Amino acid sequence: MAANSNLKTLLNGIIKENPIFVIMLGMCPTLGTTSSAINGLGMGLATTFVLLSSNVVISMLKNIIPDNVRIPSFVVVIAAFVTLVEMVMQAYVPALYESLGLFIPLIVVNCIVLGRAEAFAAKNTVVKSFFDGLGMGLGFTLALTLLGTTRELLGTGKVFSMTIFPENYGMLLFVLAPGAFIALAYLIAIFNKLKTTKN
Amino acid sequence: MAKLESTFRNMVLVLTSITLVAAVALGSMYNLTKEPIEASKKAKQENAIMEVLPPDVSIKGTDTIAIEGMPEPFYVYQAYAGDEFVGVAVQTYSKNGFSGEIKVMVGFDAKGNIINYSVLEQKETPGLGTKMVDWFKTEKGNQDIRGLNGSKNNLNVSKNGGEVDAITAATISSNAFLEAVRYAYSAYSQNYDGLTGATSVEKEVAQTN
Repeated sequence: MAANSNLKTLLNGIIKENPIFVIMLGMCPTLGTTSSAINGLGMGLATTFVLLSSNVVISMLKNIIPDNVRIPSFVVVIAAFVTLVEMVMQAYVPALYESLGLFIPLIVVNCIVLGRAEAFAAKNTVVKSFFDGLGMGLGFTLALTLLGTTRELLGTGKVFSMTIFPENYGMLLFVLAPGAFIALAYLIAIFNKLKTTKN
Repeated sequence: MAKLESTFRNMVLVLTSITLVAAVALGSMYNLTKEPIEASKKAKQENAIMEVLPPDVSIKGTDTIAIEGMPEPFYVYQAYAGDEFVGVAVQTYSKNGFSGEIKVMVGFDAKGNIINYSVLEQKETPGLGTKMVDWFKTEKGNQDIRGLNGSKNNLNVSKNGGEVDAITAATISSNAFLEAVRYAYSAYSQNYDGLTGATSVEKEVAQTN
């Protein structure tokens, strides 16, 4: 029974309450970093790590943090994890670190991370928060990778830098900001269509 | 365990200890990653220097050159094959990119011809300005800058009367890139033009002293 409800929490983040396609939180990094599939994946994984670790730590600390200072405490915990990720990425995957640039430190203010800390981790057990963080993170990663793949394919004819069709036929629009909005809107529409038919 | 109450003492204690723990964790992580970060930066720069110079040269001596009116100095790496001066790699920059600074490493041979270049840092628009990474070393039309010489060729986009084709739909990025290349050439020509084997050895000796 316990395993079952954990799985449910996990799937909740990936499908039912997908942070991008359903809750629509964290739109700024979503639109900003998904110009290619690998950037989307990298940003998603970095956010997943932060979400997972901050959820676990915050659910452990929830009883010793007085209510009036909970938001600053959460922010300190989240910011610490983000800075850790930033330094590790800079050291071991410098190429990805450079292409994500400013968006890594911006994970601190990503609505999903603080949102899950406040709405879920501050009220639930460590194990549940772990699965919630993992689910939300994977949902975010999935959405970002899908969006990145779509934009990269339509814009440059490549997927994960592998050429599918010649670049000359690509629609440059999709690599730029307006294309991000268009692609995201269509993906949300398809996602909702699939969700309603399933129900 | 009941939740701690929001008294002044509790709040100060909890916030202070959380920040302390975070600070210690970050500090130790910084020490752990400091070396790899520096190593990867250095490797990137060394790769860039080697990429823009002929094969089998060694770098003997680095100069820092200031150009009037430019806020930051230019770094010049002198390349020798044995004792013979074969050229330099100049680390140059432009602040006039479409979104911020562009840093480029440009290699010149002993006659001042551009051997190759490598973009170290840029934040241009993906799909447009970012094409500078290989646009100016692709043989097509007049977009290839390799082999051009700042004293004979006009290193400007063709729209402004120069000899280089700008990146389609990214004239600002192209202008900034070529500006960086022109500064690299002046850093080179003001100090190294006509540098012969003999003087360069003297210079080298002077430097080691």
